[in-house]
Amino acid sequence: MRPAREPPSFPGMPRTVLVTGISGNLGRALAKLLHTEAGVVGLDRRPFPGKPKDLEHHEVDIRKAKVEDAFRHRRIEALIHMGIVHDPRVPRSEAHSFNVLGTHKILDLCVRHGVRKVVVLSSANVYGPRPDNSNFLPEETPLMAAERFSEMRDLIELDMYAQSFMWRHPELETVILRPVNIVGPTVRNAPSNYLRLERPMTVLGFDPMVQLIHEDDVCRALVLALRPGLRGVFNVIGAGEVPLSAALRELGRRPLPVPHPLVRFLVRRAFEARLSSFPPEEVDHIQYLCVVDGSRFVREAGWTPAFSMRETLRSVL
Amino acid sequence: MPGVEGALMERLRAWTLELGGPGTRARIEKLTPPRNEYGVDPYGLDLDFVVAAIAPLLWLYRKYFRVELHGAEHVPPEGRCVVVANHSGQLPFDAAMIEVGLLIDKDPPRVARALVEKWVPTLPFVSTFMARCGQIVGTPENCRRLLAAGEAILVFPEGVRGLNKPFSKRYQLQKFGVGFMRLALESQAPIVPCAVVGAEEQAPALFDFKLLARLLGFPAFPITPTVLPFPLPARYHVRFGEPLRFTGSPDDDDAELERKVADVEAAVTTLVERGLAERKSVYL
Repeated sequence: MRPAREPPSFPGMPRTVLVTGISGNLGRALAKLLHTEAGVVGLDRRPFPGKPKDLEHHEVDIRKAKVEDAFRHRRIEALIHMGIVHDPRVPRSEAHSFNVLGTHKILDLCVRHGVRKVVVLSSANVYGPRPDNSNFLPEETPLMAAERFSEMRDLIELDMYAQSFMWRHPELETVILRPVNIVGPTVRNAPSNYLRLERPMTVLGFDPMVQLIHEDDVCRALVLALRPGLRGVFNVIGAGEVPLSAALRELGRRPLPVPHPLVRFLVRRAFEARLSSFPPEEVDHIQYLCVVDGSRFVREAGWTPAFSMRETLRSVL
Repeated sequence: MPGVEGALMERLRAWTLELGGPGTRARIEKLTPPRNEYGVDPYGLDLDFVVAAIAPLLWLYRKYFRVELHGAEHVPPEGRCVVVANHSGQLPFDAAMIEVGLLIDKDPPRVARALVEKWVPTLPFVSTFMARCGQIVGTPENCRRLLAAGEAILVFPEGVRGLNKPFSKRYQLQKFGVGFMRLALESQAPIVPCAVVGAEEQAPALFDFKLLARLLGFPAFPITPTVLPFPLPARYHVRFGEPLRFTGSPDDDDAELERKVADVEAAVTTLVERGLAERKSVYL
């Protein structure tokens, strides 16, 4: 059972919020949290089974002209854009078109329809794990993840596009959130899946500090970002950082240390043979640091995570 | 922690306390770095690990290098400071001895954070060992953050130029970088000069196998009398000088900063010369 966590509340909560990618695991968690606070309009090409009754859902591809119906139907005051394809199995060109074109389209519509708040969900992985990273990366750090992991290009492009949008459209309050590794009972991303492995591979002799955030805390951060007056780029962290080995010990895993010249080869073979869902580049995350400084969001938005590190880790079980 | 590993750590901790002599436990207990429910600070420093891990280094400190520590009182008991030392000996035992000294022979003890080369995090085991001991990559961002948090950092402005210089250049300071001065001015941290005498003789480099170093991606591959840079039992003298305080803008041009750096170089040189003059025997 997950503990009950209250959504952040503040004066000036937008009355109607459009959420892209609402049918994903994180989207559904956000819908649950947000629909009691504001009117929620969902937008996803997938259906939304078990959606709350008061939630209006548009089952449409974000790139299609029909998307504008969502704006015509009700007065949208804020957008939370999290409809981004991360699946490494989806063909590159399709993912790229969906992510980049889709983002352009939806942000254009926000300008045309007088939306006053845009929250874009990026990721702290845009910085990329690197051996020469500072221990706590501030938001100004160059987004270098694609240097070693070209699949990250979409997300970086999206993040940078949202940044340029923020400067071009000062009449909208744009917030870009870069949360650390999201884990939780329903998410099925690489970090959560890794922590679910009974015998996870580790890189022999490497034990980087890792940051994790509970999926419900990410949703709370997304809601907090709707607060009037807040704009900018923010790293979002959970309850601190922990050595990878301690995280695995907490979950009772029996790690399988593999020497680093061998580990990428093995992970690549397993990925190509469809035995695992981890692209070989993910190995960087269990070898090098990608730890961010989350103090700006704390200072400017009053962010506090609701889940302790132990609760966050145990949430994948 | 699993049985064997836990027992080993316990043995190592006991060894550290024994080598440290009476009062070591009480002194170490004065250290209270922030730690989360997993026993580490945000950088990955694990004090329990440190106390265990320094046992072999403390053995080197007491029995092998027989370190004599002078002037540890010049390192402020708390608050930001930059310890600037000469660098030598092919492998950075000088850094380890300074840190062990400040941890074991200073009261109250201080954890000095040495700033490591950027290739260290690519090395298996070494990277983890360094992180658990609180040693982090020497990016300006890291230094700023540590100084702002009131920590002590240990800097070798000669870098590998000093560490891997041939024996013929022993105790000749290589050119100091100016980065540490910029950081010290920015955070208004005092600079504590420090000299290590003895490390030059631990591994006299006869020549540097540059081709092999390039192939392995190392900064240098010195060939020493022990072939590998395993240290000889040279006596160490570690000496701290009075803190130096500088004023000025961190954005002054390099010429201005270099004048200030020259003052630090001079202070370190004086300390080195004093150590050399007072040393009675190199190995015995």
